[in-house]
Amino acid sequence: MVKRKIIQWLTTFLYNANLPGFLQGHIYRGPLKSVCVPGLNCYSCPGALGACPLGSLQSSVSGAILHFPFYVLGIILLTGLLFGRLICGWACPFGLVQEVLYKLPTPKVKLHKSFHKLAYLKYIIAIIFLLILPLAFYYANGLGLPAFCKYICPAGTLEAALPLAAVNNDIRNALGNLFFWKLLILCVTVIASIFIYRPFCRFICPLGAIYSLFNKLSLYGVSITEAKCINCHKCIAYCPMNCAQVGDRECIHCAECANVCPTDAIKLGRKF
Amino acid sequence: MKQKRSLLFLAAILCLGYGIMQNEPTSVMRKAITFCLECIGIG
Repeated sequence: MVKRKIIQWLTTFLYNANLPGFLQGHIYRGPLKSVCVPGLNCYSCPGALGACPLGSLQSSVSGAILHFPFYVLGIILLTGLLFGRLICGWACPFGLVQEVLYKLPTPKVKLHKSFHKLAYLKYIIAIIFLLILPLAFYYANGLGLPAFCKYICPAGTLEAALPLAAVNNDIRNALGNLFFWKLLILCVTVIASIFIYRPFCRFICPLGAIYSLFNKLSLYGVSITEAKCINCHKCIAYCPMNCAQVGDRECIHCAECANVCPTDAIKLGRKF
Repeated sequence: MKQKRSLLFLAAILCLGYGIMQNEPTSVMRKAITFCLECIGIG
Protein backbone atom coordinates (compact mmCIF):
# COMPACT_ATOMS: atom_id res chain seq x y z
CA MET A 1 0.00 0.00 0.00
CA VAL A 2 1.70 3.16 -1.27
CA LYS A 3 -0.14 5.53 1.07
CA ARG A 4 1.13 3.66 4.14
CA LYS A 5 4.70 3.70 2.84
CA ILE A 6 4.53 7.47 2.29
CA ILE A 7 3.19 8.03 5.81
CA GLN A 8 5.85 5.75 7.30
CA TRP A 9 8.66 7.66 5.57
CA LEU A 10 7.06 11.00 6.43
CA THR A 11 6.73 10.20 10.13
CA THR A 12 10.28 8.86 10.21
CA PHE A 13 11.47 12.14 8.72
CA LEU A 14 9.27 14.25 11.01
CA TYR A 15 10.51 12.41 14.12
CA ASN A 16 14.11 12.94 12.98
CA ALA A 17 14.06 16.26 11.17
CA ASN A 18 17.03 17.74 13.02
CA LEU A 19 19.31 16.85 10.12
CA PRO A 20 22.31 19.02 11.12
CA GLY A 21 22.58 16.85 14.25
CA PHE A 22 23.74 13.91 12.13
CA LEU A 23 26.68 15.92 10.80
CA GLN A 24 27.59 17.60 14.07
CA GLY A 25 27.14 14.58 16.35
CA HIS A 26 24.86 16.53 18.69
CA ILE A 27 21.24 16.04 19.69
CA TYR A 28 18.37 18.53 19.46
CA ARG A 29 17.81 20.37 22.75
CA GLY A 30 14.65 22.36 22.02
CA PRO A 31 11.23 22.41 23.72
CA LEU A 32 9.74 19.71 21.46
CA LYS A 33 11.77 17.20 23.42
CA SER A 34 9.23 17.48 26.21
CA VAL A 35 6.68 15.67 24.03
CA CYS A 36 6.81 11.92 23.37
CA VAL A 37 6.46 10.75 19.79
CA PRO A 38 4.00 7.85 19.43
CA GLY A 39 6.43 5.35 17.87
CA LEU A 40 9.73 3.84 18.98
CA ASN A 41 12.34 6.48 18.17
CA CYS A 42 15.41 7.01 20.35
CA TYR A 43 15.66 10.50 21.83
CA SER A 44 19.41 10.36 21.59
CA CYS A 45 19.20 10.04 17.83
CA PRO A 46 20.95 13.19 16.51
CA GLY A 47 17.89 13.91 14.39
CA ALA A 48 15.21 13.27 17.02
CA LEU A 49 12.89 16.20 17.68
CA GLY A 50 10.73 14.46 20.30
CA ALA A 51 11.19 12.11 23.22
CA CYS A 52 10.98 8.31 23.07
CA PRO A 53 7.90 7.08 24.99
CA LEU A 54 9.70 3.99 26.29
CA GLY A 55 12.81 5.92 27.29
CA SER A 56 10.70 8.55 29.03
CA LEU A 57 8.66 5.89 30.80
CA GLN A 58 11.81 4.24 32.11
CA SER A 59 13.47 7.51 33.06
CA SER A 60 10.74 8.08 35.64
CA VAL A 61 11.75 4.88 37.40
CA SER A 62 15.48 5.42 36.94
CA GLY A 63 17.69 7.90 38.72
CA ALA A 64 17.63 8.82 42.38
CA ILE A 65 13.99 9.85 42.71
CA LEU A 66 11.15 7.46 41.93
CA HIS A 67 7.93 8.98 40.66
CA PHE A 68 4.81 7.71 38.93
CA PRO A 69 4.96 8.75 35.23
CA PHE A 70 1.50 10.31 34.90
CA TYR A 71 2.38 12.45 31.88
CA VAL A 72 4.09 9.73 29.82
CA LEU A 73 1.49 7.11 30.74
CA GLY A 74 -1.23 9.60 29.79
CA ILE A 75 0.36 10.09 26.35
CA ILE A 76 0.78 6.33 25.80
CA LEU A 77 -2.75 5.59 27.04
CA LEU A 78 -4.28 8.28 24.84
CA THR A 79 -2.29 7.17 21.79
CA GLY A 80 -3.27 3.55 22.44
CA LEU A 81 -6.95 4.40 22.80
CA LEU A 82 -6.96 6.45 19.63
CA PHE A 83 -4.81 4.28 17.40
CA GLY A 84 -3.74 1.01 19.09
CA ARG A 85 -1.10 -0.72 17.00
CA LEU A 86 -1.92 1.45 14.01
CA ILE A 87 1.10 3.39 15.29
CA CYS A 88 3.28 0.28 14.74
CA GLY A 89 2.06 -0.12 11.19
CA TRP A 90 2.03 3.49 10.12
CA ALA A 91 4.17 5.66 12.39
CA CYS A 92 7.09 3.67 13.78
CA PRO A 93 10.53 4.30 12.25
CA PHE A 94 11.95 1.04 13.57
CA GLY A 95 9.00 -0.84 12.06
CA LEU A 96 9.79 0.82 8.74
CA VAL A 97 13.44 -0.28 8.98
CA GLN A 98 12.33 -3.89 9.43
CA GLU A 99 9.91 -3.67 6.52
CA VAL A 100 12.60 -2.26 4.23
CA LEU A 101 14.91 -5.13 5.20
CA TYR A 102 12.14 -7.65 4.53
CA LYS A 103 11.88 -6.29 0.98
CA LEU A 104 15.33 -7.70 0.19
CA PRO A 105 14.86 -10.48 -2.36
CA THR A 106 15.66 -13.56 -0.25
CA PRO A 107 13.67 -16.66 0.65
CA LYS A 108 11.24 -15.79 3.47
CA VAL A 109 10.53 -17.79 6.59
CA LYS A 110 6.89 -18.71 7.05
CA LEU A 111 6.59 -19.12 10.80
CA HIS A 112 4.99 -22.29 12.10
CA LYS A 113 1.95 -21.76 14.33
CA SER A 114 3.97 -22.77 17.38
CA PHE A 115 6.07 -19.63 16.91
CA HIS A 116 2.98 -17.49 17.32
CA LYS A 117 3.16 -18.15 21.05
CA LEU A 118 6.49 -16.31 21.03
CA ALA A 119 4.43 -13.14 20.62
CA TYR A 120 3.80 -13.36 24.38
CA LEU A 121 7.53 -12.76 24.89
CA LYS A 122 7.04 -9.03 24.33
CA TYR A 123 4.68 -8.83 27.31
CA ILE A 124 7.21 -10.64 29.50
CA ILE A 125 9.97 -8.29 28.29
CA ALA A 126 7.76 -5.28 28.97
CA ILE A 127 7.06 -6.38 32.55
CA ILE A 128 10.65 -7.39 33.32
CA PHE A 129 12.54 -4.59 31.57
CA LEU A 130 10.16 -1.67 32.04
CA LEU A 131 9.00 -2.45 35.54
CA ILE A 132 10.73 -5.18 37.55
CA LEU A 133 14.38 -4.51 36.68
CA PRO A 134 14.25 -0.70 37.02
CA LEU A 135 12.49 -1.02 40.38
CA ALA A 136 14.79 -3.83 41.54
CA PHE A 137 17.84 -1.69 40.77
CA TYR A 138 16.23 1.26 42.51
CA TYR A 139 15.54 -0.64 45.72
CA ALA A 140 18.93 -2.40 45.61
CA ASN A 141 21.16 0.57 44.77
CA GLY A 142 19.04 3.66 45.31
CA LEU A 143 19.30 4.32 41.59
CA GLY A 144 16.84 3.03 39.01
CA LEU A 145 17.92 1.78 35.61
CA PRO A 146 16.34 2.09 32.14
CA ALA A 147 16.89 -1.63 31.60
CA PHE A 148 15.24 -1.96 28.18
CA CYS A 149 17.21 0.97 26.73
CA LYS A 150 20.41 -0.31 28.28
CA TYR A 151 20.31 -4.02 27.51
CA ILE A 152 17.98 -4.54 24.57
CA CYS A 153 16.78 -1.59 22.49
CA PRO A 154 18.26 -2.01 18.98
CA ALA A 155 16.60 1.26 17.92
CA GLY A 156 18.95 3.11 20.28
CA THR A 157 21.96 1.41 18.74
CA LEU A 158 20.82 2.10 15.19
CA GLU A 159 19.48 5.62 15.62
CA ALA A 160 21.73 6.98 18.37
CA ALA A 161 24.90 4.96 18.97
CA LEU A 162 25.97 4.40 15.36
CA PRO A 163 25.36 7.92 13.97
CA LEU A 164 26.82 9.59 17.07
CA ALA A 165 29.88 7.33 17.17
CA ALA A 166 30.47 7.98 13.49
CA VAL A 167 31.03 11.72 13.98
CA ASN A 168 31.67 12.22 17.70
CA ASN A 169 35.16 11.17 18.88
CA ASP A 170 34.32 11.34 22.60
CA ILE A 171 31.42 8.96 22.19
CA ARG A 172 33.37 6.64 19.91
CA ASN A 173 36.20 6.41 22.45
CA ALA A 174 33.79 5.65 25.29
CA LEU A 175 32.16 2.65 23.63
CA GLY A 176 32.75 -0.65 25.39
CA ASN A 177 31.32 -4.11 25.94
CA LEU A 178 27.78 -2.88 26.47
CA PHE A 179 27.80 -1.25 23.04
CA PHE A 180 29.04 -4.46 21.41
CA TRP A 181 26.30 -6.43 23.18
CA LYS A 182 23.71 -4.00 21.84
CA LEU A 183 25.33 -4.10 18.41
CA LEU A 184 24.96 -7.89 18.47
CA ILE A 185 21.24 -7.51 19.26
CA LEU A 186 20.90 -5.04 16.39
CA CYS A 187 22.68 -7.43 14.00
CA VAL A 188 20.42 -10.32 15.02
CA THR A 189 17.37 -8.06 14.54
CA VAL A 190 18.59 -6.92 11.12
CA ILE A 191 19.30 -10.48 9.93
CA ALA A 192 16.00 -11.78 11.31
CA SER A 193 14.13 -8.91 9.63
CA ILE A 194 15.45 -9.96 6.23
CA PHE A 195 13.75 -13.35 6.57
CA ILE A 196 10.87 -12.74 8.98
CA TYR A 197 8.34 -9.91 8.71
CA ARG A 198 8.90 -7.47 11.61
CA PRO A 199 10.41 -9.89 14.16
CA PHE A 200 11.19 -7.15 16.69
CA CYS A 201 7.60 -5.86 16.62
CA ARG A 202 6.19 -9.36 16.99
CA PHE A 203 8.35 -10.77 19.72
CA ILE A 204 10.26 -8.04 21.55
CA CYS A 205 8.82 -4.51 21.40
CA PRO A 206 7.31 -3.44 24.76
CA LEU A 207 5.66 -0.42 23.13
CA GLY A 208 3.88 -2.72 20.69
CA ALA A 209 2.92 -4.88 23.67
CA ILE A 210 1.35 -1.89 25.43
CA TYR A 211 -0.45 -0.65 22.32
CA SER A 212 -1.70 -4.18 21.57
CA LEU A 213 -3.75 -4.07 24.78
CA PHE A 214 -5.81 -1.25 23.21
CA ASN A 215 -6.10 -2.77 19.74
CA LYS A 216 -9.73 -3.80 20.11
CA LEU A 217 -10.71 -0.59 21.92
CA SER A 218 -8.90 1.86 19.67
CA LEU A 219 -10.95 4.44 17.82
CA TYR A 220 -9.09 4.03 14.52
CA GLY A 221 -7.90 0.89 12.77
CA VAL A 222 -9.12 -1.90 10.53
CA SER A 223 -12.56 -3.35 11.07
CA ILE A 224 -14.78 -5.89 9.36
CA THR A 225 -18.33 -5.23 8.21
CA GLU A 226 -19.85 -8.51 9.38
CA ALA A 227 -22.73 -8.31 6.90
CA LYS A 228 -20.29 -8.34 3.98
CA CYS A 229 -17.89 -10.99 5.33
CA ILE A 230 -18.22 -14.42 3.67
CA ASN A 231 -15.66 -16.09 5.99
CA CYS A 232 -13.31 -16.95 3.15
CA HIS A 233 -10.35 -16.25 5.50
CA LYS A 234 -8.28 -14.76 2.67
CA CYS A 235 -7.45 -11.86 4.99
CA ILE A 236 -5.93 -14.22 7.56
CA ALA A 237 -4.04 -16.22 4.94
CA TYR A 238 -2.55 -13.02 3.51
CA CYS A 239 -1.75 -11.23 6.78
CA PRO A 240 1.99 -10.45 6.94
CA MET A 241 1.83 -10.45 10.75
CA ASN A 242 0.12 -13.88 10.76
CA CYS A 243 -2.80 -12.56 12.80
CA ALA A 244 -5.41 -15.06 13.88
CA GLN A 245 -8.13 -12.47 13.37
CA VAL A 246 -8.36 -9.05 11.73
CA GLY A 247 -7.75 -6.40 14.40
CA ASP A 248 -6.46 -8.80 17.08
CA ARG A 249 -3.53 -7.95 19.37
CA GLU A 250 -0.92 -8.74 16.73
CA CYS A 251 -2.64 -6.67 14.03
CA ILE A 252 -0.70 -3.52 13.12
CA HIS A 253 -3.61 -2.20 11.02
CA CYS A 254 -1.50 -2.15 7.87
CA ALA A 255 -4.74 -2.87 5.97
CA GLU A 256 -2.95 -5.14 3.46
CA CYS A 257 -5.84 -7.58 4.07
CA ALA A 258 -8.31 -5.02 2.74
CA ASN A 259 -6.69 -5.40 -0.69
CA VAL A 260 -7.38 -9.14 -0.86
CA CYS A 261 -10.89 -9.12 0.58
CA PRO A 262 -13.21 -10.20 -2.26
CA THR A 263 -16.25 -8.47 -0.75
CA ASP A 264 -14.65 -5.23 0.48
CA ALA A 265 -15.65 -6.14 4.01
CA ILE A 266 -12.48 -4.73 5.59
CA LYS A 267 -12.01 -1.03 5.97
CA LEU A 268 -9.44 1.17 7.62
CA GLY A 269 -10.72 4.20 9.47
CA ARG A 270 -12.86 5.07 12.43
CA LYS A 271 -14.10 1.84 13.97
CA PHE A 272 -16.87 3.11 16.25
CA MET B 1 -17.06 -1.67 25.58
CA LYS B 2 -18.09 1.95 24.96
CA GLN B 3 -18.17 2.62 28.69
CA LYS B 4 -14.77 1.02 29.18
CA ARG B 5 -13.32 3.13 26.35
CA SER B 6 -14.81 6.33 27.76
CA LEU B 7 -13.44 5.57 31.22
CA LEU B 8 -9.99 4.88 29.82
CA PHE B 9 -10.12 8.10 27.78
CA LEU B 10 -10.98 9.98 30.93
CA ALA B 11 -8.16 8.27 32.81
CA ALA B 12 -5.72 9.15 30.01
CA ILE B 13 -6.75 12.82 30.01
CA LEU B 14 -6.56 12.97 33.82
CA CYS B 15 -3.12 11.34 33.83
CA LEU B 16 -1.90 13.73 31.16
CA GLY B 17 -3.34 16.78 32.89
CA TYR B 18 -2.03 15.80 36.31
CA GLY B 19 1.39 15.05 34.82
CA ILE B 20 1.51 18.47 33.18
CA MET B 21 0.46 20.10 36.46
CA GLN B 22 3.32 18.27 38.19
CA ASN B 23 5.70 19.72 35.60
CA GLU B 24 6.58 16.26 34.28
CA PRO B 25 7.14 17.47 30.69
CA THR B 26 10.20 19.31 32.05
CA SER B 27 11.58 16.07 33.49
CA VAL B 28 10.95 14.31 30.19
CA MET B 29 12.73 17.12 28.38
CA ARG B 30 15.63 17.15 30.82
CA LYS B 31 16.22 13.47 30.12
CA ALA B 32 15.67 13.78 26.38
CA ILE B 33 18.11 16.66 25.81
CA THR B 34 21.05 14.86 27.34
CA PHE B 35 22.82 11.94 25.70
CA CYS B 36 21.20 8.75 26.94
CA LEU B 37 24.28 6.72 27.81
CA GLU B 38 22.23 3.55 28.20
CA CYS B 39 20.68 3.95 24.75
CA ILE B 40 24.08 4.52 23.17
CA GLY B 41 25.59 1.61 25.08
CA ILE B 42 28.09 3.45 27.25
CA GLY B 43 26.61 3.56 30.72
